Amino acid sequence: MTLIFLILAAITIVGTAAAMSFRNPIHCILGLTVGLVGLAMLFLHLGAQFVGFTQIIVYVGAVAILAVFAIMMTQGGRRLTETATKPQITPSLLVGGTVAGAVFAVLGWAMLGRPSTAIHSVQPVVSVNQIGQLLMHNYVLPLEIMAVLLTAALIGAVILAMPQERGKR
Amino acid sequence: MNPLTGYLLLSALLFSIGLAGALLRRNAILVLIGIELMLNAANLNFIAFWRYGPNPSALTGVMFTIFSITVAAAEAAVGLGIILAVYRHTKTTDLNEMTSLKG
Repeated sequence: MTLIFLILAAITIVGTAAAMSFRNPIHCILGLTVGLVGLAMLFLHLGAQFVGFTQIIVYVGAVAILAVFAIMMTQGGRRLTETATKPQITPSLLVGGTVAGAVFAVLGWAMLGRPSTAIHSVQPVVSVNQIGQLLMHNYVLPLEIMAVLLTAALIGAVILAMPQERGKR
Repeated sequence: MNPLTGYLLLSALLFSIGLAGALLRRNAILVLIGIELMLNAANLNFIAFWRYGPNPSALTGVMFTIFSITVAAAEAAVGLGIILAVYRHTKTTDLNEMTSLKG
């Protein structure tokens, strides 16, 4: 529980909470970007450099930009905020907040309720070389399946987003 | 309280924020982003358990996180494609107004 962890956790929580509470979707994406950068920093702090930089490339570089494109393509002419702008306590807000709070309470209770066991505190040294060796030997079948999945997702996304009746629009 | 507990609590909080967003927001794109946040909370759990687990040299948590990030990216691409396709029919991304399956 170091100071670095607390700072990075605060960045992550503030960013993601902002992403889920702002009214303007573009502001939400900005908050999401801050939160995901904080999470990538946490990965780096934990010693998983490859995963941290992958997180930045994939989420900050691709998913956030993709979401911004989707928002701009779906709400171009209209005002970019959700319709009912009054912050008020609605039943849906109450139920959703209760469910999320209950999930957090149960998870926290499960973690803090049991005595803390001994952990291995030696920082593991992991190189990209090791990750590549494992990907090419032990995990080569999942890697190939991922390649097929990414190809299918790429083709599927293009087909889904392609305009179908060109003459009518 | 050891460092692992801190990471697990942070992950639980991240999951709850994502769940609240997925349940409460009415913009379909932001619901998808809430789901991405929940996946990220799981990734943080994988990395924290790998870091403080008994056998970090096996790199299991790192491998699982890499594949999880890949699946999440594919899911985001297809999900946003579906939202664009639905928007073309209904002219809205508000989930309250998407009440019909017929195009």
